[in-house]
Amino acid sequence: MQTQYDVIVVGAGHAGCEAAAAAANMGSKVLLITMNMQTIAQMSCNPAMGGIAKGQIVREIDALGGYSGIVSDKSMIQFRMLNRSKGPAMWSPRTQNDRMLFAQEWRQMLEETPNVDFWQDMVSGLIVENHTVTGVRTGMGLEFKGRSVVLTNGTFLNGIIHIGEKHFGGGRTGEKAATGITEQLVELGFQSGRMKTGTPPRIDGRSLDYSKMEVQEGDVIPGRFSYLDTPLPKEQRNCWITYTNEDVHSILKEGFEKSPMFTGRIQGLGPRYCPSIEDKINRFADRDRHQLFVEPEGWNTVEIYLNGFSTSLPEDVQYRALRLIPGFEKAKMFRPGYAIEYDYFPPQQLNLSLETKIIQNLYFAGQINGTTGYEEAACQGLMAGINAHLKINEKEEFVLRRSEAYIGVLIDDLVTKGTDEPYRMFTSRAEFRTLLRQDNADIRLTPVSHRLGLASDERLKLVERKVLGTNELISFLKDLSVHPDTINPLLNELGTDAVRQKVKLNGILLRPQVNIQDLVENVVELKEYTQNIDSDIRGHIVEQAEILMKYEGYIEKEFDIVTKFERLEDVYLKDDFDYLNLSSLSMEARQKLSKIKPRTLGQASRISGVSPSDISVLMVYLGR
Amino acid sequence: MDKFGLFFNMQKAHKNDPIIALATAPGTGAIAVLRISGKDSIRIVDSLFKSLKKKTLSLSNVASHTMHFGMLQSDGLLLDEVLVSVFKGPHSYTGEDTVEISCHGSPFIQQQIISAFLKKGVRMAEAGEFTLRAFLNGKMDLSQAEAVADLIASDSEFSHQLALKQMRGGFSGEIEKLRQELIHFASLLELELDFAEEDVEFASRTELIHTIEKLESEIQSLIDSFEAGNVIKTGIPVVIAGKPNVGKSTLLNVLLNEERAIVSDIAGTTRDTIEEEIFVSGIKFRFIDTAGIRETSDAIERIGVQKTLEKIKESPVILYMFDINDTTVSSLQSDLEDLRSHVSSEFKLIPVANKIDKHDFIKIHAEFSGIPGILFISAKEKKNVNELRQLLVDKFKSGLLKGTDTAVANARHADALHKTSEALNRVRTGIQSKVTMDFITGDVRIALHYLGEITGKITTDDLLENIFSKFCIGK
Repeated sequence: MQTQYDVIVVGAGHAGCEAAAAAANMGSKVLLITMNMQTIAQMSCNPAMGGIAKGQIVREIDALGGYSGIVSDKSMIQFRMLNRSKGPAMWSPRTQNDRMLFAQEWRQMLEETPNVDFWQDMVSGLIVENHTVTGVRTGMGLEFKGRSVVLTNGTFLNGIIHIGEKHFGGGRTGEKAATGITEQLVELGFQSGRMKTGTPPRIDGRSLDYSKMEVQEGDVIPGRFSYLDTPLPKEQRNCWITYTNEDVHSILKEGFEKSPMFTGRIQGLGPRYCPSIEDKINRFADRDRHQLFVEPEGWNTVEIYLNGFSTSLPEDVQYRALRLIPGFEKAKMFRPGYAIEYDYFPPQQLNLSLETKIIQNLYFAGQINGTTGYEEAACQGLMAGINAHLKINEKEEFVLRRSEAYIGVLIDDLVTKGTDEPYRMFTSRAEFRTLLRQDNADIRLTPVSHRLGLASDERLKLVERKVLGTNELISFLKDLSVHPDTINPLLNELGTDAVRQKVKLNGILLRPQVNIQDLVENVVELKEYTQNIDSDIRGHIVEQAEILMKYEGYIEKEFDIVTKFERLEDVYLKDDFDYLNLSSLSMEARQKLSKIKPRTLGQASRISGVSPSDISVLMVYLGR
Repeated sequence: MDKFGLFFNMQKAHKNDPIIALATAPGTGAIAVLRISGKDSIRIVDSLFKSLKKKTLSLSNVASHTMHFGMLQSDGLLLDEVLVSVFKGPHSYTGEDTVEISCHGSPFIQQQIISAFLKKGVRMAEAGEFTLRAFLNGKMDLSQAEAVADLIASDSEFSHQLALKQMRGGFSGEIEKLRQELIHFASLLELELDFAEEDVEFASRTELIHTIEKLESEIQSLIDSFEAGNVIKTGIPVVIAGKPNVGKSTLLNVLLNEERAIVSDIAGTTRDTIEEEIFVSGIKFRFIDTAGIRETSDAIERIGVQKTLEKIKESPVILYMFDINDTTVSSLQSDLEDLRSHVSSEFKLIPVANKIDKHDFIKIHAEFSGIPGILFISAKEKKNVNELRQLLVDKFKSGLLKGTDTAVANARHADALHKTSEALNRVRTGIQSKVTMDFITGDVRIALHYLGEITGKITTDDLLENIFSKFCIGK
């Protein structure tokens, strides 16, 4: 049996799968160890990928050559582009997925990836020599040697599941928790903490009355996450919206005294933006109803996921409350919601490469770093996998900047500021979201990833064609004049001023009422031009050209700010910089800086407790 | 990891070595003050100092904020009899141990003392270095440090107060308040973007626009105060206009002689305008003696007249002077009418009747008193000149700084406010023309960025360079 690997990945969730695929595709021999081969890439919580800010991350993962986008596309049962009315920087793709199919597609893609081996076992410890990890020990007593190790333990480290007053060890419902790793890491000098998350009950869809709910359909023309030509579904499944009411609330309140949230049995902090239903009722007592999303779990199952009803109240309370929700009068429950507590390691203990500061060649990704969400986990796994491979090949680490990708924002936030509650991405966390759009993740990231040896030639070629085609279309629009007789009927129809003389099309496109599709349909020359664009990337090119032209002013302004911002990002700080003796820094700043060891002045400026005047002090010291 | 070769040397950077500089203006005066700050500065001064009262006194043992009389000696030579003030860090201007030496004011003595300290390993301070250290040691924030630069450069009571106020942080506080409001506004918008799927109510557009308008007007009043603050710093221009030989120069001389506070004589841009800076009740006025205004065919003279008209436009106050003895009410009225066409506000124009000593005052008064705001003086006899002065001071106090208790005194701040205002304007027009929220919030962020630049929430390299190069030695 082979026991020597380049990269060992512990855990096969979203983070672990991406880590294994990335390292393997770059050429490392990878061993993926999971406690259960049947639950590879489980969607432990809701059967959906993407959404606001998260959809952008999936696009970025895909642009870098990760698998999450392709898997989501292949397993989608519904596609919606969220925030359509809010402008292109906010457009956020989201899919509803078939839970079983999702896991199956992931496993198949991994199995088809050369260099990935699998092993079912529990990793109980790390082999560490000289502050460097060299392998892992398993519950079966085996030792595997790895030149680098990626830990993606999710909620399994000392996981405890809570349902009402009952609580038992487990990493997910019906699965055992993992023990040993936390204890060893703490012994090695790591700090650990507890976090909490939860999940709602699963319902028998046959018992629901959908006529009492609002239907939520997918987009008429579904989009996709991947920049590759993944197949689109021929039909889509509906979701529904319903609401709680005061009757539901009063039943739930009966269970409060038995709720582990309120009895203090759960110590970990849960996410404020994904609260349990008891939390919502408790904190927003003035709201008489809360929105619930009724989401099917797949093509061939009647199982329903009740999004918005995450709870750890006793199962009988859950059941009684459910039945008071419109449409749920006869609801049958498959399994109750629960809360889970697990260990995490405050992520300030990591470098921006996701390598730990204490132990070399050891990488952390996913919930172990205090994040929540499949997308957040997957992108960390991808970055950890890339860096685990680069490190053992003595190559420079791969770090994305805040101005380059949401992934850059996420990792910088974690490593620099840490997090007390499960960290989720929001677009408002990104300073430059006008640049970090879902439509241009490939332009931003595929060339970089191709240079690393991850993104395929096929991907690069596609991006090059897209960029070239976009530029040509923009020039064409800037050169093409139209006669008032041609354009005025359209302008009248759209309720915008007519033109008196021939005008260039780009000027017309700047009007808020006009979109490029209107012009394509009304201007023959443009129609002919676009029809000559290769059909596989026509849509991308037309969309890209429209965004770049319509919002040119805003986009350029943002680039100016990036340039200003990057000047701090370009000032590198030595790891052995002696902050403790800089008496002109505040005491808090001295301690935080020497603990976090920021890579750049820009990163230093984002550490909480480091004030602008501390940064000015550093700048003056650095002779800037 | 040194892939960019961008790491810096810490040795060079960490400075607290003792530095010295003259803290008072260079040149001869009754006394001069030298300041020494940094590591060991008290011990070093002590090594040259001998108390006259108590022979055994050591400066290293005295309490902070105490003054001691004694002699400075170097190589056995007496340098001067001095008073030394001891300030122990962090309770000093720089935050370090600091000693101030008051010596006799001759440049020779100052030089001797400085040389003695240079021999002891103290080095000459660079421009602004004391304030730089104060900043580095957390004694003041960025805008306070800038205010110090302004304070040093200020020469009138009002600009002094303006700078003092800013140094105490009043202005930063005002901006921080606006910033907080804008942050609140921004969070309302962000809510819509990141939580569009949630069942939350969003702010009404009318309310958003209302908030922005309020912020815009507050920022505008700060921008206006900059114009006013600038006027205070450079002096309030007062144009003295009038035909030749009506006594303009005489009046100017009278004002000058009495105040004896000439700062400089600036030759005007043409041979016909002369500017004089005069302090009246602590306010700096810049009197501009102009060429006459008259129709002329002479090309050079025409340029002079043109210049005069420009000055008249810029000035908040115009004194129109005329000789009461050869002016009729109707000719005066027509001259004033003529001037008014060049002046934006009635308020600015003050008719000044000169040479009342040569005439029967009661008769003139009866004739001319119908002219609004008219003032009767005799420059030669210094009659009613005080009234003129009081009038100028009143005009300044009532008009210029009305309603703005916080004034922006610094060009960098004014520029940042302008950019904030532009961004807010784009936010408002954006909301009105239904630009999508992702871009509107971009402009909100720009506005926040510039407000942050004022309070020092964001600093850039040249920002600091710029600030510190403006300091003169000593403070």
